[in-house]
Amino acid sequence: MELSGAEILWECLTREGVEVVFGYPGGANMPIYDAMLMYPVHHVLVRHEQGAAHMADGYARASGRVGVAMATSGPGATNLVTGIATAMMDSSPVVFITGQVAAHLIGGDAFQETDVTGITLPITKHNYLVTRADEIAEVVREAFYIARSGRPGPVLIDICKNAQIEKTEFVYPEEVRLPGYQPPSHAPKADLQKAVELIGRAKRPVILCGHGVVMSGAEEVLQHFAVKTHTPVTSTLLGLGAFPASHPLSLGMMGMHGEAHCNLAIQNADLLLAFGMRFDDRVTGTLTTYAPGAKKVHIEIDPSEVHKNVKVDLPLVGDLKTVLTDLVPLVDEYEHDDWLDQIAGWKAEGEARSIMAWPDDGKLYVSHLIHDLWSATGGGAIVTTDVGQHQMWTAQYYALDKPNRWITSGGAGTMGFGLPSAIGAWFAHPDDEIWTVAGDGGFQMTAAELSTAVQEGANVKIAIMNNNFLGMVRQWQEFFFEKRYSGVNMTTPDFVKLAEAHGVPARLVTAPEEVQEAIAWARNTPGPVVIEFKVEKEEAVYPMVPAGAALDQMLRRPVRS
Amino acid sequence: MQYTFIALVENKPGVLNRVASLFRRRNFNIESLAVGRTEKPEVSRMTIVTDCANDVDAHKIEANLYKLVNVIDVQDVSRQPSVTRDLALIKVRATAEQRAEVNNLAAIFRARIVDVAPDSVIVEATGTEDKIEGMVELLRPIGIIEMVRTGQVAMTRGEHSGIRRTAGANGWREVELEEIGV
Repeated sequence: MELSGAEILWECLTREGVEVVFGYPGGANMPIYDAMLMYPVHHVLVRHEQGAAHMADGYARASGRVGVAMATSGPGATNLVTGIATAMMDSSPVVFITGQVAAHLIGGDAFQETDVTGITLPITKHNYLVTRADEIAEVVREAFYIARSGRPGPVLIDICKNAQIEKTEFVYPEEVRLPGYQPPSHAPKADLQKAVELIGRAKRPVILCGHGVVMSGAEEVLQHFAVKTHTPVTSTLLGLGAFPASHPLSLGMMGMHGEAHCNLAIQNADLLLAFGMRFDDRVTGTLTTYAPGAKKVHIEIDPSEVHKNVKVDLPLVGDLKTVLTDLVPLVDEYEHDDWLDQIAGWKAEGEARSIMAWPDDGKLYVSHLIHDLWSATGGGAIVTTDVGQHQMWTAQYYALDKPNRWITSGGAGTMGFGLPSAIGAWFAHPDDEIWTVAGDGGFQMTAAELSTAVQEGANVKIAIMNNNFLGMVRQWQEFFFEKRYSGVNMTTPDFVKLAEAHGVPARLVTAPEEVQEAIAWARNTPGPVVIEFKVEKEEAVYPMVPAGAALDQMLRRPVRS
Repeated sequence: MQYTFIALVENKPGVLNRVASLFRRRNFNIESLAVGRTEKPEVSRMTIVTDCANDVDAHKIEANLYKLVNVIDVQDVSRQPSVTRDLALIKVRATAEQRAEVNNLAAIFRARIVDVAPDSVIVEATGTEDKIEGMVELLRPIGIIEMVRTGQVAMTRGEHSGIRRTAGANGWREVELEEIGV
């Protein structure tokens, strides 16, 4: 059967199970948009292509499936770039489809021509330039396979306009043939045995639970492993939710703004079991003093992450779920009560300093209201965030028990991620409660997507933490630049009016006693809702490991007399 | 320390750019890179010479090369039994009287003169990098007008193969490489 390239694209997308795409049409992808009308795919018209990228990313993270975003050539494609880099840093499976000028015009600086495969080469797992219709089926098949397999990541397909229009015989490739791409699965038996020995010798083991636990679906086997070996679990920012926060072996988040007892446990451990994490500088502190007494076992699907930042004693390259499933029957049962008691002591010391122990002083603290949000929603919402102080407070105080419900830009730290990723998550789980927590700065970066939320009726609840500051930068200026505030004061619009202009119900909250009622109101109001919280202006996130310091050299919240 | 890698890659447009971009992005230093066809039309072969500190860095290069979808196989042939060759064309200032001197020097290095002009000759030399460096130093006082070198190409001897530190990195290579006929 002869089909146009654009029709072949949609044939392939529907075969991949694509039900929703996020995008923006333009000159170079009009044949794709025209053919779309014939297929049962819902298109979400965004207000800026960055929004499409984050929506597809949020959809992918919430659903565990591949997200799809589309844009036209030139500026349409370059507007995706921040979102592509965000997906790359957090290993999110997204397929980006961009229109390109006709193949015979490439290289001639045609209208809206940009070298998109060149630009996105270092921020995609793989990318393709398609110049002929008969390439499309194979490329789309490969792109989805590459995006979701191994260490997932974004794949971009740049399709020339002539390839969209040309007709060719449609043959769906039965299999993918990629001689240079075979994701690892099992780790070698001999290495598993070495891991068993190291685990058997450990007195003070700690599991470092990373995003890989979520990506490989290893949350259940991780629990078996942790319980059987009686090993406490601390999570990276993106690993939150992969191990239940309410579990007795759960310690919480490690790293720059991790909980003190987690960082102390890492620094005093004699064995680190790093599961699907990459020793990012935000979780290690300075490398020379990192976990000095610990043997390090690293289970990781991407061999280039092995020894990248931290030289480990035993790398196990493979799929985390597969490797852990192989490992659990081999390990003996242990008990580490003394070690857990020691960590509990550190935890108690931290709780005495915690802002949660403060009595109500009439001020609105983000940490308090995140805790209220957690209580009101029973910890069961899908939560997305922007980037900055509110992100850290949400990570600290919205304790999650399930994976794929915590959606935040970790590696790239992309402001503007929160609202669009929440809209994307809503398309994955339209019946679930979805909240996005944003700062006043980040929210304004993609605030135009409010309009998209309204058009789609996306039931997302938007909590804006307005301190009229770029809070995290302000905090660094307070701590490390003698309070010389530079470029961080922000005049914000009246977010209530802004929301209402979009037809979104909105409220302003200025005092702690209004918080619970406002959250209840938002939960009972269908569709998108905005709450603007006027929060304490100069509050800081604690603990904090300053840049260049050892992981246990944290700035702690001063004890309140 | 100098490391030499052999990478087999799919013969597709843009693969050289992907490899070069990877080295730039990861801050690895390329000393030379030679690329060409192999006995299989769908496979190209790169010989990449890099300067890296130790085996851990060499591992990083291998593992990152494997992350490229089009890279089929990577071997480290540094300090392995192998033949490495570099080809140089060197245009030397030489009047009729000086030609004999250049010719003698070339003969010592088993190089040959492949072009003669009234006041210059082109010397073609093939060999290890060290040998070519040695000859260049001797030709320099006579007057080198221009020089071009291909960069190293390498092949392991006999049954030997290079080190594959990240076996398992990109699937279990030993089996699969046979399956795809590499």
